Amino acid sequence: MQLARVIGDVVATIKDAGLHGHRLLLLQPIMPDRSPVGRVVVAVDATGAGAGEHVFFVRGKEASFPFLPAAPPVDACVVGIVDEWHVEA
Amino acid sequence: MQIGRVVGTVVSTQKHPKLEGAKLLLVQPLTLEGDPRGVPLLTIDSVGAGVGERVVIVIEGRAAGEALRRKAAPVDAAIIGIVDSMTLEDAAVDGDAKGRT
Repeated sequence: MQLARVIGDVVATIKDAGLHGHRLLLLQPIMPDRSPVGRVVVAVDATGAGAGEHVFFVRGKEASFPFLPAAPPVDACVVGIVDEWHVEA
Repeated sequence: MQIGRVVGTVVSTQKHPKLEGAKLLLVQPLTLEGDPRGVPLLTIDSVGAGVGERVVIVIEGRAAGEALRRKAAPVDAAIIGIVDSMTLEDAAVDGDAKGRT
């Protein structure tokens, strides 16, 4: 998993049937020091996260596991909202 | 599997039910020389690792889910061991030695 900040969302009316009812979020992956790292990714949401929140997300096949037995065609999914994190100095 | 160092802890109240009770640690993957490599990962800890320790991590979903002892958990990285020492060719790598850790 990786830390990220939710920087927005994506609205798509025409999409795969497996995605109906799911929110799509724009995530900027971040380093533990909050600096952005890497490309922005679109992720499906399993937590109810919103813009500005810090979250963690899972990549790969496991991104569809929160929606079992459905198997939506996704490769990134927000699975937790981060309250706080602590990094050694 | 890869070698990494635990660099921090993460607290999350609102998360997927399959992650309830899971301990979340930030792990910085390392090169064999002990230098940071790539982006720190958020991992599930199944062995009781702590900040500063060198650990073995799996970065693959099914294995990570098994470390959590739950089927179909939405996780893709887990700590599966704490490194005591590594031996690289002829050079023994001490667990706490600086430089080649």
